[in-house]
Amino acid sequence: MRGPARPCEHVALPAVRLPGTLPRLLPAGEAAGPVSLAGHLARYGPPPAGLSRRQRESLIAEVARAGLTGRGGAGYPTARKLAAVAAGHAPVVLANGTEGEPASAKDKVLMTRSPQIVLDGAVLAAEMVGAREAVIVAHAAARGIIDDAVAERARAGFDRVRVKVRTAAQRFVAGEASAVVHWIERGVPAPMASPPRVSERGLRGAPTLVQNVETLAHLALIARYGAAWFRSTGTPAEPGSMLVTVLGAVRVPAVLEIAIGTSVGQVLDLAGGRSAPLQALLLGGYFGDWVPAAAAIGRPFSSAGLADLGAGPGAGVIAALPAGACGLRETARVVRYLAGESADQCGPCRFGLDALAGQVERLADGRGADAGLLQRWLGQVDGRGGCAHPGGVVRLIRSALRIFDAELREHAMGWCCGTTSVLPVPPGRSR
Amino acid sequence: MSAGSVQAAVRLRVDLIACDGRGLCAEALAELITLDDWGFPIIGDQAVPPRLLADARETARACPKLALWLERG
Amino acid sequence: MSAVAAFGGSQALWFVSRASGLALLAAFSATVVLGVAARLGSAPKRWSRLALSELHRTLALFSVSFLGLHVATAISDPYVTIGWAATVLPFASPYRTVAIGLGALAVDLGGAVLVTSLARRRLGYQGWRVVHWLAYLAWPVAFAHSITAGNDLRIWWVALVEESCALSVATAVAARLLFWWRGPGPQQPSLPERAVPTERMLR
Repeated sequence: MRGPARPCEHVALPAVRLPGTLPRLLPAGEAAGPVSLAGHLARYGPPPAGLSRRQRESLIAEVARAGLTGRGGAGYPTARKLAAVAAGHAPVVLANGTEGEPASAKDKVLMTRSPQIVLDGAVLAAEMVGAREAVIVAHAAARGIIDDAVAERARAGFDRVRVKVRTAAQRFVAGEASAVVHWIERGVPAPMASPPRVSERGLRGAPTLVQNVETLAHLALIARYGAAWFRSTGTPAEPGSMLVTVLGAVRVPAVLEIAIGTSVGQVLDLAGGRSAPLQALLLGGYFGDWVPAAAAIGRPFSSAGLADLGAGPGAGVIAALPAGACGLRETARVVRYLAGESADQCGPCRFGLDALAGQVERLADGRGADAGLLQRWLGQVDGRGGCAHPGGVVRLIRSALRIFDAELREHAMGWCCGTTSVLPVPPGRSR
Repeated sequence: MSAGSVQAAVRLRVDLIACDGRGLCAEALAELITLDDWGFPIIGDQAVPPRLLADARETARACPKLALWLERG
Repeated sequence: MSAVAAFGGSQALWFVSRASGLALLAAFSATVVLGVAARLGSAPKRWSRLALSELHRTLALFSVSFLGLHVATAISDPYVTIGWAATVLPFASPYRTVAIGLGALAVDLGGAVLVTSLARRRLGYQGWRVVHWLAYLAWPVAFAHSITAGNDLRIWWVALVEESCALSVATAVAARLLFWWRGPGPQQPSLPERAVPTERMLR
C-alpha cells in the first residue's frame, strides 16, 4: 500500500491527477460519511514513506518553501516548528483537533469527512521530526470516525509510526498547545507555564509538535505534490487554501474550503449569500474582531487584506450579524461565556474577565457602564496571563466598542435595536 | 557603562499561573511593580535599571510562590 | 568548653544549655506564628506581608544560632554523656534517651525545613512546600523535648514562657486550618463599581 520513497522533486506518479482546483482537503462531492482509506488513496495517491534523514530534512525545506502556516488561528510558520521539534530528542506529535471555539466547525468537519488526510499529515509530521508516536486529539464528535480510520490503517499495516487517539476536552482554552499536553498528561485542560515551550518540553517531557489538524492535512498534500503546487492557489504572501466556517445570517451556514484571499463577499455567496441585510461581521472567531459589513465585503479574506480593518482571518470564522441583532448584546453573551471559560489559573483572567463581562453586560442592557473603569480594566487584563485568553477577550471588546458606537448611543437613550441572536454560546458553567 | 562591556538587559518576569496575588513583590519593588485591581503584579517590559538590580534579585527571592525571576536578554 | 567547665563548673554549661533551649523554643514558636501570619496576610494594607515574610525568614535563620549554642553546650557538659551522634540520631543518647531523642528528631525535621528553604529555587515550589509542612511536626516534637528534657518547669517564668509558646502556636495553627478550610475569600477590585449613564461612553 505504500509508495516508493520519492525524490525531492515530487514527480507525480502516473494515473494520479494533481488536484488542480478546490476543494483540496474536503471531499469533492456530497459524499455521505467519511472517505475510506481506499478512496483517499485513489484520490491523492500514496504518501511518501520510509524517509531517510536527508529526505526528512528536504521535506521540511519543501514545507518552508510552500509557506504553510498554522491553521489553528495563530498562523505560525509550520516549517519553523517542524525544524525546532526535529532538533530535539525523541519528539512526539500531537494532532490538535480540539476546536474549543464554538463558532468554528472546520476541524470537526475535516476530521469527520476526511479523516485519512489528517492521519496522513500526523504520520508524515511524525516521520519528518523523527517521532515514533503521533497522538490525535479529536473532538468528541469526531472520535468514533477517527478511531475507525486509525483501525483501517492499522489493518493495512500502513504506518510505521504508532498512532493513538484521545478525546479532546470540551473547553474553550483546551485547544491551546500546552493545554492539550496538560489534558493528556493529567486530565486538566489548562495552559501550562511557558518557558519551556512545548516544542522543547511537552508531553512526558519530550519535544512536542502540536499542530492543528487542518495544518497537518495541508502538510500531507505538500509532501506529495510539493511547494509549487501548494502555492498555485491563495496569494503569494499567504499561499494555499484554508477552511472557513461561515455562520450567522447566511442562507447556508457551512464549512467551506477557499483560496486564501478570496473576497469576503464571495465567501458569503458560497454560503448561499446573506439571509438578511448585514450590519457587521465577526472575523476570526471569538478572539477576533468585529468589522462593519459594508467595509469588509469587498476585502480579501487574508491577513494582508483585513489588516487595515484591524482584523484577520484567525481561526477561519466569518459570523454574519444581521441588522436585526444587537452587536453589544452578542458581544456581552460571548464575553460572559469566555469569562466562564477561564482556566482560573491567573488572577487577571479569573477576576478581570468576570469584571469586564459585567461591564459589557451593563452596556448591552442599557444600565450604563463606567467608561473609566472599563478602559482601566481592559488595560489591566490585556496580555496578562499564562495564555492568550485574556488578550483575546480584550480584543473582542475593544472592536465591539469601536464598531457598535451607534448602538451605545441608542442604549444610552433606552432603546435597543436587536433581538436576534446568531453567535453560538454553549450553556455556561455558572461561577 | 564601562567601556567595552555591553550588558544585556535584565528583565523582571512573572509567571501569572504560579502567582497567587500575595503582593510582596509590589511592596518590595514599588518602582517597577504595581498591583492591578485584583492584587496581581503588573510588570512592564522595561529593563531593570542597574541601581535596582540587587533589590530586584531580593524581590524575586522573596516571592512565596517562586513566581518571579530575572531574565537576561 | 572544657575550660569553661573547669572555670565555672559544668553548672555554667548546663545553665547556658537550658537558657538557650528556652530562647530557642521562643524563637521557633515566634517563627511559626510569623509564618502563618505571612501566609494568611489578613488585609494587605494593614500589615506588610513582605515584612512578616522576611521576619519569619530572618528569625528562622537566627534560631539556628540558638540551636547551635543549645546543642554544643549540652553535649560538652562533662557530667552527662550525650554524644554528638545523639544530636541528630534520635534515641541514641544513653542519658535520658527519650527526652534527648525528641530533641534530635526536632533537629532532623527542622534541618530538613531549613535546607529545603535555602535551596527553594532548585527544589521547585511543590517540593519545597511539602517539606515545609514538616515544621508543623517539628514544633510539637521540640515542645515535647523541652518539657521532658528540661527540669525548669517549676520556675514560674519558665512555665509562663512555655505556656505562651504553646498557646501562640496553637492559635496560629488553628487560624491556618481555618484559612485552609475557608479559603482566602473573594478578591474584589479595590475600586467600587460606580455606574454612570452610558453618555460617558460616547466620544
